[in-house]
Amino acid sequence: MSGVLTDQQAAPAVVVPSRHTGRWITAGAVLLIVALLLYSMATNTRFEWHVVGKYLFAKPILMGVLNTMILTVLAMVIGILLGIVIAVGRLSDNLIVSKAAWFYAWFFRGTPLLVQLLFWFFLSALVPRIALGVPFGPELFSLDTNALITPFMAAMLGLGLNEAAYMSEIVRSGISSVTPGQTEAAKSIGMTRLQTMRRVVLPQAMRIIIPPTGNETIGMLKQTSLVLVIGYSELLTSASLIYARTYQTIPLLIVAAIWYLFITALLSIAQYFLEKRYGRGFSPLSAIRTDKAEPATPAVTEIRP
Amino acid sequence: MTTTMLKASSVCKSFGPVDVLRNISLDVAAGEVACLIGPSGSGKSTFLRCINHLEKIDGGEMWVDGERVGYRRVGNKLHELKEKEIARRRASIGMVFQQFNLFPHRTALENVTEGPIIVQGVRRQDAIEEGRALLARVGLGTKMHNYPSQLSGGQQQRVAIARSLAMKPSLMLFDEPTSALDPELVGEVLDVMKDLAESGMTMVVVTHEMGFAREVADTVHFMSDGVLVESGAPAKVLSAPAHARTQSFLAKVL
Repeated sequence: MSGVLTDQQAAPAVVVPSRHTGRWITAGAVLLIVALLLYSMATNTRFEWHVVGKYLFAKPILMGVLNTMILTVLAMVIGILLGIVIAVGRLSDNLIVSKAAWFYAWFFRGTPLLVQLLFWFFLSALVPRIALGVPFGPELFSLDTNALITPFMAAMLGLGLNEAAYMSEIVRSGISSVTPGQTEAAKSIGMTRLQTMRRVVLPQAMRIIIPPTGNETIGMLKQTSLVLVIGYSELLTSASLIYARTYQTIPLLIVAAIWYLFITALLSIAQYFLEKRYGRGFSPLSAIRTDKAEPATPAVTEIRP
Repeated sequence: MTTTMLKASSVCKSFGPVDVLRNISLDVAAGEVACLIGPSGSGKSTFLRCINHLEKIDGGEMWVDGERVGYRRVGNKLHELKEKEIARRRASIGMVFQQFNLFPHRTALENVTEGPIIVQGVRRQDAIEEGRALLARVGLGTKMHNYPSQLSGGQQQRVAIARSLAMKPSLMLFDEPTSALDPELVGEVLDVMKDLAESGMTMVVVTHEMGFAREVADTVHFMSDGVLVESGAPAKVLSAPAHARTQSFLAKVL
């Protein structure tokens, strides 16, 4: 060690930020590509933007949007509720229940959704009448399967039951992420298993469950287009019926895409607020809740890693 | 005549081939503070967890406040109780854990009011009032609306004590309540426990804090390898232990 400091001078120095030349070049390249795309979209007449405008709010399209949203919501509701039941079953001490839950997930994840949709639609070929009664005994009443399984019912069952298999794995990972100490603490203040699940485990599991569930919901929004094969008129079916008649395929696909993107944006916003709601208490900086009676003290002085 | 709050008679417990509790017999009178000491792996935490049936005993019998823990005796057989009945009995036994186990998604006040509202059906407003008083009692009157992640370890453990007290327990169990704390935070938790002992609460405390045992405990019980080796007043067990195993343990920790 020489003890001599390099380039030391008497006058104090000022810090100059780095130039980031590479960053500027990349940004320029991206902007150029975006400009080219926009230019092509504006000048290529085959986009037929006037056709897009004409059909964007056309009644059959709007009905299709509505049906897509209804189907997405119902299928996800079935998927999430049944998924929770199957996840809890999977984690059950009862060997038969847990194996049955495993089998459900294996079966519904292991066959193509398209096959399942067609299967439900053609259920009457397998079971002509659906009856309610004593097992192996007299039946109380029965229904014609064809009357019960409309394209809507087949779509809802097919999508919902399939989704439940995927949701059960998501819920299971969420439940497993909650430490056993939480369950023990809940038990120690006298909570039953159901109270523990509802008040302690699931609210914490939600934090883990929500992001992948958002994924699933957005996936479901577009998966609903598969019901085209059983003739239920959701968004893509409505669009395809129009272009089959007018041959304006590209503009009508654009119309459908615009609506899918719009609904996806809405779902993403909903997901943001849900994540915030269930993230409460997990970030040291999460807002301290106040009530009117007494202002809370700021947490800043107490933050620990 | 003093009433017996906890009575354990020849309690046995094994995890597979390992006997973790061997014929533990122990009486704790109402208002008594009993400290369980001993090397790790000696079974003292397991014994504590058997008292509120978080662990099931394999042999022997145990009563808390006159009620048999976890089982119902019919003739010569012990039948495990239904879940609801086990939960009801746990509600009157407070438990404080080494890792606090506060509910992270609820504020300090919500942690304290959860049990009374959900389990005991206390009116929300009454539970909140009681919860405020309890948090003030453990010195956290200004932290009611903080989440656990915004509290220090010592503060979290004091909230956990308040959460147990909110159930108005007849017996409090402490499972190494200060072992996960930074050294400078141990005192504030022990102070709360000392106040609680002075208020007449019956307490069973698994601890490595020999100073606390000497000062606060009425009885000290030394466990080793699943056996209750020696019991008695702190002055006797800690200062003049009769057994060689107790002597060698104390020589290491004191």
